[in-house]
Amino acid sequence: MSDLLKFNLLQAEKAIKNKEFTSVELTNAYIKAIDDTNSLGAYIETVKEKSLDMALNSDKNIADGVARPLEGLPIGVKDMFCTKGIKTTASSKILDNFYPTYESTVTQKLWDDGAVMLGKLSCDEFAMGSSNETAAKGNVKNPWLLDKQVSPGGSSGGSASAVASRSALAATGTDTGGSIRQPAAFCGITGLKPTYGRCSRWGIVAFSSSLDQAGPLTRTVGDSALMLNSMAGYDKKDSTSADLKMPDLIDCLDKGVKGKKIGIPKEYTQDGISNDIIKIFETSINWLKDAGAEIVPVSLPHTKYALPVYYIIAPAEASSNLARYDGVRFGVRKEGQSLDEMYELTRGNGFGEEVKRRIMIGTYVLSSGYYDAYYLKAQKVRRLIKQDFDNVFEKVDFLLTPSTPTTAFSLGEKQDPLTMYLNDIFTVPASLAGLPGISLPVGLDKSGLPIGMQLIARAFDEAGLISTAQVIENYAEFNFIADGAAK
Amino acid sequence: MNQVSLNNSKKLKPGQILGDTGLWEMVIGLEIHAQVSSKSKLFSGASATYGAGANTNVSLVDAAMPGMLPVINQYCVEQAVKTGLALNAQINNYSVFDRKNYFYADLPQGYQISQFTKPIVGEGEIIVDLDEGKQTTIGIERLHLEQDAGKSLHDQHPTKTYIDLNRTGVALMEIVSKPDIRSPQEAGLFVKKIRSILRYVGSCDGNMEEGSLRADCNVSVRRAGEEFGTRCEIKNLNSIRFINQAIQSEAERQVEILESGGSINQETRLFDASTGETRSMRSKEDAHDYRYFPDPDLLPLEFEDSWVKSLKESLPELPDTLRERLVLDYGITPYDAAVLVEEKDYVNFYEKAALGRDGKLTANWMISELFGALKKENLSLLNSPISPESLAELITLITDEVISGKIAKDIFAEMMISKKKPIEIVKDKGLEQVSDDNEILKLIESVIADNQDKVKQYLSGKDKLFGFFVGQVMKVSQGKANPGIVNKLLKENLK
Repeated sequence: MSDLLKFNLLQAEKAIKNKEFTSVELTNAYIKAIDDTNSLGAYIETVKEKSLDMALNSDKNIADGVARPLEGLPIGVKDMFCTKGIKTTASSKILDNFYPTYESTVTQKLWDDGAVMLGKLSCDEFAMGSSNETAAKGNVKNPWLLDKQVSPGGSSGGSASAVASRSALAATGTDTGGSIRQPAAFCGITGLKPTYGRCSRWGIVAFSSSLDQAGPLTRTVGDSALMLNSMAGYDKKDSTSADLKMPDLIDCLDKGVKGKKIGIPKEYTQDGISNDIIKIFETSINWLKDAGAEIVPVSLPHTKYALPVYYIIAPAEASSNLARYDGVRFGVRKEGQSLDEMYELTRGNGFGEEVKRRIMIGTYVLSSGYYDAYYLKAQKVRRLIKQDFDNVFEKVDFLLTPSTPTTAFSLGEKQDPLTMYLNDIFTVPASLAGLPGISLPVGLDKSGLPIGMQLIARAFDEAGLISTAQVIENYAEFNFIADGAAK
Repeated sequence: MNQVSLNNSKKLKPGQILGDTGLWEMVIGLEIHAQVSSKSKLFSGASATYGAGANTNVSLVDAAMPGMLPVINQYCVEQAVKTGLALNAQINNYSVFDRKNYFYADLPQGYQISQFTKPIVGEGEIIVDLDEGKQTTIGIERLHLEQDAGKSLHDQHPTKTYIDLNRTGVALMEIVSKPDIRSPQEAGLFVKKIRSILRYVGSCDGNMEEGSLRADCNVSVRRAGEEFGTRCEIKNLNSIRFINQAIQSEAERQVEILESGGSINQETRLFDASTGETRSMRSKEDAHDYRYFPDPDLLPLEFEDSWVKSLKESLPELPDTLRERLVLDYGITPYDAAVLVEEKDYVNFYEKAALGRDGKLTANWMISELFGALKKENLSLLNSPISPESLAELITLITDEVISGKIAKDIFAEMMISKKKPIEIVKDKGLEQVSDDNEILKLIESVIADNQDKVKQYLSGKDKLFGFFVGQVMKVSQGKANPGIVNKLLKENLK
């Protein structure tokens, strides 16, 4: 392995500024790593020339003493983010020829802060999936237990696989029901889903507007802090973005957890959880206790409804959000004899099975005669779920849960959509409540696959989330490297 | 239809139809789509100007590019609230934007952002002036904000349709009436009244030719006192004449069906201006399921009472109160006042001309002479060759008895052509009225001298000849003699 790949984001940031190596050197190391790990399928588009141009510019800034917060640090971008002049497909055939003329707010902020773009990362089609298997360009592989062909999770599977295989120093992701946290858990890295409204959604291909939120996938908690510092912020172009200043998350490192109350929701330790995960979950509780936190058993009684509510609301919004992919103005068009036939051919060919399934579910639950029984009821239950969280956050500061009920499953293992949906059972509730959550690696299961723990905080308490997550990180000392990582 | 012959319809009140089985009445409700007078669109910064080159006023949001998000235009919200206040309507401090989902090539998002269950403005009412000074009150059901769609051009290519997205996303106010309207005439007057209010408020220019005001008409028929019948909706009427024609022919069509034992299918219909009839566009069964749901890209619209109050205070004087004031301030008839308040421009013109003068006379001159002349020349008041100042001068000349009413008409005609000031015309042509007793007396004497035979007849009791002498005197004075004085002096001298 190139020595340069050993540096995590925070370390590389310091090393570059201290001129231990240049951004061009670091970027070249990652470009080589991308080639070396090509078989994982994490990248669907690389932009080597642009990467090196940006790196060169960063080196100039460092030489001139005007380094920005992420100066010269090479990162990957989930293909849900529109990137100016660079193909953006949301991993869908229907956008196979789409080159945006604009840059998403979040990626623009990263470039403005000096980050170097490595390329676009695969994901589930329109971020709909939990295994990265719905991507038009095919599976992404998890770099762990490479010979076993394990899923990296989804939908930010390309992002997680790239960070875990060290072909990106960090990556952006989007999380709608767990799409950052679940792949982070599967790939042994850290993934942070901020509070809904913390990052602008402008320029991110919309899946479910009331749930979508951008966040970082990184090697460490500190790396997530550094990256989210740049990604977050109010954007007047997104009416749902929050006009609230976020504290500098780097200042939140090494704050400890003394005196904090950690809630353990009883609903998150039920049947279907693997024993290895239960065991390390209990260990994690003890770490926090040891660090001076108070552990409080709590209940979120409506948790069992979270998954059905999510699979009504998200498809409903998606069915409407995806109506614009009609072959009229952009994207791949399949001509027909009439407008309706053109729609049918374009959308029939352009969308994959899972996307079609969700469009149909969404169309159904919004239909006249079914709206009240499904969509409206789901909205009501969503409020109850949020109320559950509001109630427990009067008593505790954070919630600790496993990130997923199992470690990464094999590619092709989950054929039944319902079984697949069940994988999001621990991440979906916080999404419905709009709360920030982080998944960080705490150990390996018997087969050698990473296990992630999830912390959930009050709305807009990313600062507390970082402080607490770092405590667990320090105890866990997760220093394993995936066998499929760049050598 | 044959049953409604012209002979019968003379006896019918507007809105009534006499069928084979008796009298029917119409029940009409309107949905008016008024384009908000705003420089930019409802949710994007793109220009909302009419008449730009195809697809030049289109932002990334309007074209519904991936990841684009709507941001509400505050100005449009203000205009909707002001309009609601002018319609005496409930202002909802909490309203929600919904998505109305359907596929069409000129609807880039695949949904229209509208307001479904929680509109920005609730119930209200307006007064509509009918003939002979009668008035009726028409209820307003709601007003909501929504996006316009783009334009499909089907006639540019043998097999393809061209799309112009300039109009996409332009802000519309949909004003929905209650089914309180009972005749095509009332419907037309309702639209005129709404247009007038919109223009006063400044929230819509009301220009029906450019499509900034158009109406959908819901029409049903029933026998007097019965329940409402099944309605049909006639889409997209863009003139008051078409509204009248479409409602009348649609109601007649429905009566014919009902009387021949049929029933009305609830459906959407289109008006064909060339035939003057409506035809089916789509039936209820084919109606879209719009799958309305709250737009998750937008927060609910919420505002304070104090903000509404400040908007209320900023409202200009509205037609109804203005009309009352004109009657009081200028002593004109309510009818004349109603004509003058129809357009804000009329009132502005009138008040400039009438202030400090004979209000009634000014109103007469403006309504019968000026409006008539402008109509003949196909001019609007804004392009009038006669300014308020000129009309005022003319009125002053009349009331000061410098010129007679008859001469004034000649001067007026001259003003329409030359744009000259009336005083100039009077001077140039020596048209001042002669009110000097001696001068008039001289004219009378010459007329008497030239018509001795008529004088004899008059004196022997043929009183009717008095008018002849007045006419002769006016003639020899070339119309300049003051008719009052002519009358008085003639009486004294014909003895």
